[in-house]
Amino acid sequence: MAAPATSPPGSTPIFRRKWQLPFPLNIYQSSIGRKWVMALTGIGLLGFVVVHMIGNLHIYEGPVQSHEYAESLRSLGGGLMPRTFLLWVLRLGLAGMFVLHIHSAYSLKERSRKASDKADFIGGEKKYHSKRDYVAANYASRTMRWTGPIILLYLLFHLADLTWGWWLGDNYVLGDPYHNVVASLSNLPVAIIYVVANVALVIHIFHGTWSLFQSLGINNPKYNELRRTLAKLVAGVILVGNLSFPVLVQTGLIDDDNRTCDVGDVTCLEHQAEKH
Amino acid sequence: MSRELNLTLQIWRQEGPHDDGHFETYAATGISEDMSFLEMLDIVNEGLIQDGNVPIEFDHDCREGICGTCSLMINGQAHGQEKATTTCQLHMRKFNDGDTIVVEPFRARAFPVVRDLVVDRSAFDRIIEAGGYISVNTGAASDANLTPVPKEASDTSFDAAACIGCGACVAACPNSAAQLFTSAKLAHLNLIPQGQPQRFERTESMVETMESFFGSCTNHGECHEACPKEISLDFIAFMNRDYVKAKVKNRKLAGQT
Repeated sequence: MAAPATSPPGSTPIFRRKWQLPFPLNIYQSSIGRKWVMALTGIGLLGFVVVHMIGNLHIYEGPVQSHEYAESLRSLGGGLMPRTFLLWVLRLGLAGMFVLHIHSAYSLKERSRKASDKADFIGGEKKYHSKRDYVAANYASRTMRWTGPIILLYLLFHLADLTWGWWLGDNYVLGDPYHNVVASLSNLPVAIIYVVANVALVIHIFHGTWSLFQSLGINNPKYNELRRTLAKLVAGVILVGNLSFPVLVQTGLIDDDNRTCDVGDVTCLEHQAEKH
Repeated sequence: MSRELNLTLQIWRQEGPHDDGHFETYAATGISEDMSFLEMLDIVNEGLIQDGNVPIEFDHDCREGICGTCSLMINGQAHGQEKATTTCQLHMRKFNDGDTIVVEPFRARAFPVVRDLVVDRSAFDRIIEAGGYISVNTGAASDANLTPVPKEASDTSFDAAACIGCGACVAACPNSAAQLFTSAKLAHLNLIPQGQPQRFERTESMVETMESFFGSCTNHGECHEACPKEISLDFIAFMNRDYVKAKVKNRKLAGQT
């Protein structure tokens, strides 16, 4: 074959760094650094999901213990700092991790899309003109860019539902999380949203838990097999824990019957919690 | 007597880098099962030339599976469905009589199509130029075993050095990332004593060159499956670790290690 008369554009960089930021921000300029940030914030967010799920198990103890748990979150830090101060620090930290996690994911997706042929806009995945045969990529890894936005939408829904009580209206009682959860999840469409979103969350976590080890370079043939096992374990525990709430409310195993305090009587809950 | 195959080929034809390509259908008849995939294409090309048509352009060189020149997405898989095999070592006995085979070039924006199935993979050369070497003054040959190398390190370095730079990893990657190639080239030198003096400088420079051409890894693992030399994903983790280490280090004080 004769050499092409003009050299094809194969050696022209697609991405150029306009400037180098000072350390440590320059780490975030690289894809690998961004994957580190995605992994580290992923660990933080995963920690939150696990703790949130475990904390929610107080529902099974009843309205008084649920109230007590919610109150203990607000008074984190004891007498050392103002009430809800530490809670707000944690909340802002979480929000910051969310922003970084989403920004790194979105910007890397864009980079991959621009580096690819025929990539679709949202998934950013390269397409071939013929049918592509995937071997190793599993459902979880290929849907990260779909489950991610689903989780974000669900998060906003969840906050509006149980933190701000937008549509529960008068049925939303500040200080009675047990009742709020029952009131929200006894509505079938809402319960279905919770189930679907949590399945998406678990799929996301399944790939993320394994992937973060690779991104951070935590790799050793001695324990590499355990990384998949851990991902399955974490995903499984979160799946069972989080799905149990909508399922048990729907089946009527958790309900507002047999309460020692009336719905809306937060003072009663406080008294009971003190006695407890 | 070896079996003979009659196949239908759907092959990507493209005049040049800036032209729109399209699939064309060819019949490959009387193909011996002992032929390699490239020999089968040679037969098809012979027919095309005899009929006065333009033959299909494809990359090939050693045809022994060690040079990394051949490429091709065969039925949606880089180098075909056979594991740990380059296209030139893929034999027609792996196909059945009457099969339809779809052949497309490797794709990524950094791998522009030159013509038909030939792509320009010179972006890989840019990555190698950025640090895929060691700088030593050559002189008289030194004694063998002058530099002690741990057996495990030399074995793993050799596993990484098996990379032939064919680009199947990029072709298979849904993100068009070149992490497997770059990490193999890095591990090849970074694992052994001879590579230590420039280890972190090399890592920084090769990774940043890679990132100016290719997408970002999402840990699917498709590259490893497509790799004709079965380069391990472990090298990608090793590169991720070394890159951030390189950024954090002050090499004036810490030297290279």
